[in-house]
Parts: sequence; structure tokens; C-alpha cells
Amino acid sequence: MKMRFLTLPISILRACSVIAALYVALSTAGCAATAIGKLSPEIPAMHSVSDFSDDERIARIADPWERFNRSIYNFNYRFDRYIYLPVVSGYEFITPTFVQKGVSNVFSNIGEVRTLYNSFFQLKGKKFMITFGRLLTNSTIGIGGLLDPATPLGLKKQGADFGQSMGGWGVDSGPYLVVPVLGPNTLRSTGGFAVDASIRFIAISAADPFGHSDNGDVILGGISALEGIDLRHREEFRYYESGYPFEYDLVRFLTYERGELMLTK
Amino acid sequence: MKHLKLAAILWFILLPVVSSAANDGYDYPMLGPYEATILGTPNNLKYPPPERILARRIVLDIIPDGKKPDIFFYNDGLRCTLAYQDKQAPLVFLIAGTGANDQSQKVLSIMKALYSAGFHVITLPSPTHPNFVISASRTHVPGDLTEDAADLYVAMEHAWNKVKGDVEVSGFYLGGYSLGGTHAAFVAKLDEERKIFNFRKVLMVNPAVNLYNSVTKVDGLLEKIPGGQRKIGAYFNAMFAKFAEFYRKGDFIEINDEFLYTLYKSKLFSDDENCGLIGLSFRTSLAGMVFASDVMTNGGYVVPKNRELTATDPLENYLFVYMHLSFMDYFDEYFYPYKHRKYPDLTRNALIDSLSLKSIEEYLKSSSKIGAITNDDDFILASGEIDYLRQLLEERLTVYPRGGHLGNLEYRDNMINLIGFFK
Repeated sequence: MKMRFLTLPISILRACSVIAALYVALSTAGCAATAIGKLSPEIPAMHSVSDFSDDERIARIADPWERFNRSIYNFNYRFDRYIYLPVVSGYEFITPTFVQKGVSNVFSNIGEVRTLYNSFFQLKGKKFMITFGRLLTNSTIGIGGLLDPATPLGLKKQGADFGQSMGGWGVDSGPYLVVPVLGPNTLRSTGGFAVDASIRFIAISAADPFGHSDNGDVILGGISALEGIDLRHREEFRYYESGYPFEYDLVRFLTYERGELMLTK
Repeated sequence: MKHLKLAAILWFILLPVVSSAANDGYDYPMLGPYEATILGTPNNLKYPPPERILARRIVLDIIPDGKKPDIFFYNDGLRCTLAYQDKQAPLVFLIAGTGANDQSQKVLSIMKALYSAGFHVITLPSPTHPNFVISASRTHVPGDLTEDAADLYVAMEHAWNKVKGDVEVSGFYLGGYSLGGTHAAFVAKLDEERKIFNFRKVLMVNPAVNLYNSVTKVDGLLEKIPGGQRKIGAYFNAMFAKFAEFYRKGDFIEINDEFLYTLYKSKLFSDDENCGLIGLSFRTSLAGMVFASDVMTNGGYVVPKNRELTATDPLENYLFVYMHLSFMDYFDEYFYPYKHRKYPDLTRNALIDSLSLKSIEEYLKSSSKIGAITNDDDFILASGEIDYLRQLLEERLTVYPRGGHLGNLEYRDNMINLIGFFK
């Protein structure tokens, strides 16, 4: 168990270096052709922002790290396209739909724990009770979360995470941040994700469910990989699928505003 | 008084019979044109989708060795969608409407309906979608129906060459909605000369009759917003605030269809506001189209001439400016000057006339393969244009009493009629 605590920073480092290497490889793939023939000097356009300075800005969200964020956004597009989505498609191809559904339900059920302690942190009693009811029902009648009998019983799935808890305590959302692989976030939601992940890691390590096995780490690693695949399988968003040139701006606006709205729930 | 009451009752009884003789009573919900356009068709009244569908994305390399700006690095070619039967069947090409791509909700709903009726389907983006402007338009300046149709025709040939080894086709059909409907008519006419597909039937769904009239109407949707078109930013923020407030107060969890439907049932937005929201949605599409064209042609309209945008450049300032430019601005400041440089003799009025079904009316009148479906309250049509369609197409035109612009597209009676046209 101790070993696993020690290996955590190392595996994070390793993951980071893999991502960094991928980032370099994938982001250079598309920009070989840009250096050819410099164009003539710029000429001011017919219309510019000052023409409409009497109006409010549209969908403006502060984004001090925009160039970095955009490059991660583009990296995520390539990561999805060449690595993540092909793996997810493979998974969808080889597993029957009911198995995919079951897998999603199990991970969703595990995720209820996060909602549970965060709705406690946020002092949201109703959400806490509903989630408690869901966890109880789905873990028992729902065979360890494979099925979701709670929803038809009227217990609709709630959501809460540590980012929202911090928001509830008055922590500012912080700058918009696009995280490698995870995608659009804010600094607060990213921090919240890290805290939730750590809490989970500590809980799993303490419970040590595969401690009796020699291959405990391998099993846990496999489960994490499956969870990562399931996460993308459930997420319909595809980078640049809209083909709309201002997609980044609209996604930023919606991600940020949705995050702020969710604080009120 | 008694007479008046009787007359009113009679009027209500007779109205459905008079307005659409083919359907006794049209059961699409009683919604105003703007409401219908936004809300569409309630799920329980929709034409049912097929149980399973074999479909795949096809990406076409139409303009080879076309130099692509870094900012459009993700644009890998023209994206079309093929839905295929595992046996021989007729194939329908579908052209999406203004600003829509090959997988927009509307084009997919037509695709699914035709698929369950046994057709192969290939959907294409609208020539106004950035993907088409970048990858399939030879001029990269959309809006000329004849040129757009020629580009579409080439795209269809590419798509067909790509899939013909895999699907067995017994004949070709063509359809499109909104601007895509108007495009379909021009593509059909071109096909009479090129004769590659020999389309058996061609359907226009809620088409524009005259593009200039329609964009005038669409620009007009924003006239009623507080402060007028120039205050589109303030309008956007006010509408969003209203939406957010509604969400905060209600007992909702996810922002999904159910939430949106509740929102509209509560009449949160007034009729004028709905009208403005539709205008806003068109404007958002237009912004993407003009940006794509501006960059591809180095047009110097909003992006300074000779500026090379990279894949990480902030674009919000451009978005802001494009959102303030109307279809009419595009026409007068960008499209017509471009045309005029190319054809110095072309007058503004002659250009407007060429952007109309009228310019090919002899063909449309004489060709029995062409048909159309539209609504009496479709606000993209100028007054008199429905009558024009009537005398042009006669019994080949169906006019529903309501539905706004495509609000009733997915309604089962409409889909049954649409499928019936191709059968």
C-alpha cells in the first residue's frame, strides 16, 4: 500500500511526460506548410471592433491563457482523433451494447460517492438524500451498480464535485483552462477534479480491494483504463465536429456559464 | 351576434379543409411561426426513426493541392454522410440549409425518415457552411446559386465515386431544405446538361424563392430587438440572462430537450424575442460563413488583408465584428463588389434577379420531376412568393397552414408526405 502512495507522483510524472511527448508529436503534424512565402504587409480591414464599440461584447469570458488553451484544445482534437476515439470505437465494436450500458452504470454508481460527500460539503440536503437513495438502491437491487433501478423509481441522477464545493465556499472560478485529455475547465474545476481524484485514490488505497492479489496494481490500472474509455464513450462532444470557426469561443462560453449555473443547483 | 357565432364555428370547421385539401385537419400543434421554428415538433408527434441505421462519414478531397490556412487545420476535406441499405435501392442526395453541415439535426431527420423508407442517402453540407466554403467552393465566395450548384454537383460526383463500389443504386433523387431546397432546383437544372445522375425527382422543402428577399426578411428578424441590430451583443446577453434565471429558479438538473421544452411551454420568451432569437441564430451561422470566405480569399473584410492567422490566435474580436454584419452588409460590401470585379457589366439588380427561382422558372414549370413543400407562415418568404410557387408548381406544391420555417419538418404527416414524394 505504501508503495502505491510513492508510485503516485511517479506515475503522474510519467503520464505528464507521455502527454508532453504526444503533444509535441501531434501538434507539429499539421504545421509543416505554414512557413512558405510570407504575404505582403497587412492592410487594415473594412470593419473592426471600434465600428461597434457602442455595443456589449458577445459571449466574452476572460481567458488570459488563451494561446496555451487553444493549443491544448487543438492537441485534444488530435489526441481524440488518432488515439482516444479509435480506442473507444474498438471498445464499442467488441462489446455488446448491454455490456457498455452496464459498465457505464457501474462507474456512474461509483461516481455517486463523489456527489454524496460533495453535496454534504455544500450542505445540500435534498441532493444528499437522493444520491444516498440512488447509491443504496443501485448497489443492492441494481446488482452493484450494473443496473439503474433508482431512476425509474423517481430518484434522478444528481451531480456535485469538489470544484462546485469550492465555488459554494466562495472560491472564484479562476481563469478558463483547457486541460489535456479532460478538456474545457476552469482553474477551480481542474483543482476540484484533482481533489476528488485524490480522495478517491486514498479511499481505494485504504480499502485495498485487490490487496490479496499479486496483481492488484495491474487490476486497478485496467479498471482505470476502462473508466477512461467509458468516460469518452459517454461524452458526445467531438472537437471541431461543428466545423464552425468560432467553436472554441462558444465552447468556452458554454462551459464557463454552465459551471456557474450548476453552482446554484 | 348569433350569426357571427355560427360563422365563427363554421370558419373553424371549414378552415382545415380549405387550407390543405389533402389532409383533413392538420394536427401539428397550434404554434406561432417563430415558436414553431424554435421548438420544432414534440417527440411524441415525430416520425419514428429507424431501429438501426448503417451510416458512415465520407470525407472528400475536392480541391486537391488547395493551400489551407493554418487556422483551418482541422478541416480535412468536405464532410458528407452516407446511410446505406444492404441491398439495391434508390439514392437520395440531401443538401442542408443555411449554415448547416452534413450532420445537422434537420438533415439527419430527413435522412433517417428516407432511410426507413428504403433509400440510400448521402447528406451534404450547405454551400454556406464553412466546411463547404473551405473545401468545395472553387471561388470560396458563397451565395451565387449557379456557382454553388456547380460546386455541389462536383461534390456529389466525388461522393458518388467514393461509394459506388459499396452500394447498389437503382436511381438518383435529390432534395434540400431551406436554402438547400433552392440549391436543389439549380442542381437539378445543371443535371439536365451534365446528365450524370438523371435525377428522377427533386424536392424543395421550405425553399427560399428569391435569396435577396429571404435574407432581407432574415435580417429583419433582428430589427425588433431593443436598440436595433447594432445592439445584438446586448440582446444576446439579455436573452442569456433570462435563460439562466429560468434555470436557476426551476427544479432542473440537466440542460436538455426536456428543459428546453418546459422553457418554451412557460412562454418565457415573447413572440418578438423568439423572432430575435431566430435572427441571432442565422447571424451566428453567417458569421462563420463570412469568416471562412474572408480568410480563404484574403478578402480584407474583417480580418486584415495579408494577415496569416495561426491555429492558436484568439478570434473573439472577429466573432464580435462578424456578429454585427448582416446578410445585407455581406451582399453590398463583399458579395456584390466581388462579383462586380469579376463581371464589370453586372448590375446590382441583375445580380439580385439571378439569385431567384424565377431565373430558372421555365425549367421549373415544365419539369414534372420538381416539387416543393412549404408553410403558409414561413417567414423567409416575401409576400406573394407562396402564390408564385403555386402558379409555378401547381399541384406539385404542398402548403401546410402552419409550422413557420421548418418547425413541422419532423412532424409525422410531413415526413410521410416527404417520403411519398420520392416513392
